[in-house]
Amino acid sequence: MEEKGTMRVKIGLAEMLKGGVIMDVTTPEQALIAAEAGAAAVMALERVPADIRRDGGVARMADPNVIDGIIKALKEKKYEVPVMAKARIGHFVEAQILEAMGVDFVDESEVLTPADEHFHIDKHKFKVPFVCGARNLGEALRRIGEGAAMIRTKGEAGSGDVVEAVRHMRAVTGDIRRLTQLPDEELMAEAKNLGAPYDLVKYVKENGKLPVPNFAAGGIATPADAALMMMLGAEAVFVGSGIFKSEDPATRAKAIVDAVTHYRDPKVLAEVSRGLKSAMRGLDVSKMDEKDLLQTRGW
Amino acid sequence: MGRIGALALQGDFELHIKMLRKAGIEAVEIRTPAQLDSVSGLVIPGGESTTVSRLMRRYGLDKAIRERYLSGSLAVYGTCMGMILVCSDTEGDHDLAQLGFIDATVERNAYGPQVESFESDIVIDSVNGSGPMRFRAVFIRAPKVTRVGDGVKILASHAGAPALISQGLCLAGNFHPELTDDWRLHKYFLDEFAARIGD
Repeated sequence: MEEKGTMRVKIGLAEMLKGGVIMDVTTPEQALIAAEAGAAAVMALERVPADIRRDGGVARMADPNVIDGIIKALKEKKYEVPVMAKARIGHFVEAQILEAMGVDFVDESEVLTPADEHFHIDKHKFKVPFVCGARNLGEALRRIGEGAAMIRTKGEAGSGDVVEAVRHMRAVTGDIRRLTQLPDEELMAEAKNLGAPYDLVKYVKENGKLPVPNFAAGGIATPADAALMMMLGAEAVFVGSGIFKSEDPATRAKAIVDAVTHYRDPKVLAEVSRGLKSAMRGLDVSKMDEKDLLQTRGW
Repeated sequence: MGRIGALALQGDFELHIKMLRKAGIEAVEIRTPAQLDSVSGLVIPGGESTTVSRLMRRYGLDKAIRERYLSGSLAVYGTCMGMILVCSDTEGDHDLAQLGFIDATVERNAYGPQVESFESDIVIDSVNGSGPMRFRAVFIRAPKVTRVGDGVKILASHAGAPALISQGLCLAGNFHPELTDDWRLHKYFLDEFAARIGD
């Protein structure tokens, strides 16, 4: 029997993106630069997070024309890279629209203004796979419980400061390591503490990893940032504003792709880090106001 | 039979390494031509064909793999993207690092967007001399074989299109056994392909 939209099929696409770079793009031209550089997927957006942050106001799902334009441009140039797009937290109708448009992956994203302060999307109801952000293991397992097929760190999107992505990745991997040491009788109390489904807590204890791929996002701006996240346990990297807010996006995009493949080889990293011109200027997250943080959206 | 490598430039190479180890063989990640020297078989995993083509060319791996294969000292198994890369042609005009080990044409992403990805049972012909094998095949944004040359064996099909094909020392499928717990196809690759390479 032929089955579509099973968890295995959804997670399957996430598995194929491993070791790759998923790049934010806002125009067909940017999408082609990203694909040419070797992006494993592109995230189609109206504005990159740095601009969303600067402009303020309510950030919503992109106009379908923007997403269609990017899908068509890639098809015309024979690039078959998957296209992702963002829906607001809890906005299941935006997600339905993206699914109907043939988007390959939906990011239920804190970068957009949340539509629901209490409930995330019931992602099991969809055939399209979802990726969600998380700051710690409990949050990751709640999203997986709701049907997410991929987890990424939230980091602090649009900041160009990798410190929050590092914090979130270390929190998730540190909690996973700790769980593997717990005796079985402590798992239910741990599930309560984490606010996470018991079965998933048990899975993590037994397997020493999340049941879905675990990627890094939020503030990655250089090849070294990307390699750092891989060293810390990320299985792939999202780069948002970091590429098209830099001075020479095409060269930087290629360098980050190379860095994610050869993250364990400092000689390759040195070579690809040379002469990239300016990175995005960025914001020091430690000097930001609490109310300006995107990572505190969702729970 | 020596060690087996999985091309580790981008894609689900770790899952293949896990399967190869389950099938009882030492398996390693391959990122450079020098690392290729230590293996007698290579799995090219699922992933993004444009990404991997660029990285293969940049680090000279396409040339190194082709030389080893043509000298008869390397067996190759390609899944999904790997199938695209081991075949000779693609529909349309793509700038991919195709290796041409199997005389066949593939259409990339032939089933449409991810919501059309699926899993289905297929039957594989006489693997390991044990008669037909039923296999749960997972197709993710899969390519479709649209033409095969005279020397190509079709080992399994799905809905009329070849799903598992072979020629010489090369095996290729448009589905992902590494997304299941079933390592019989990896074992088949080891026994019927990699085992033909002398140490």
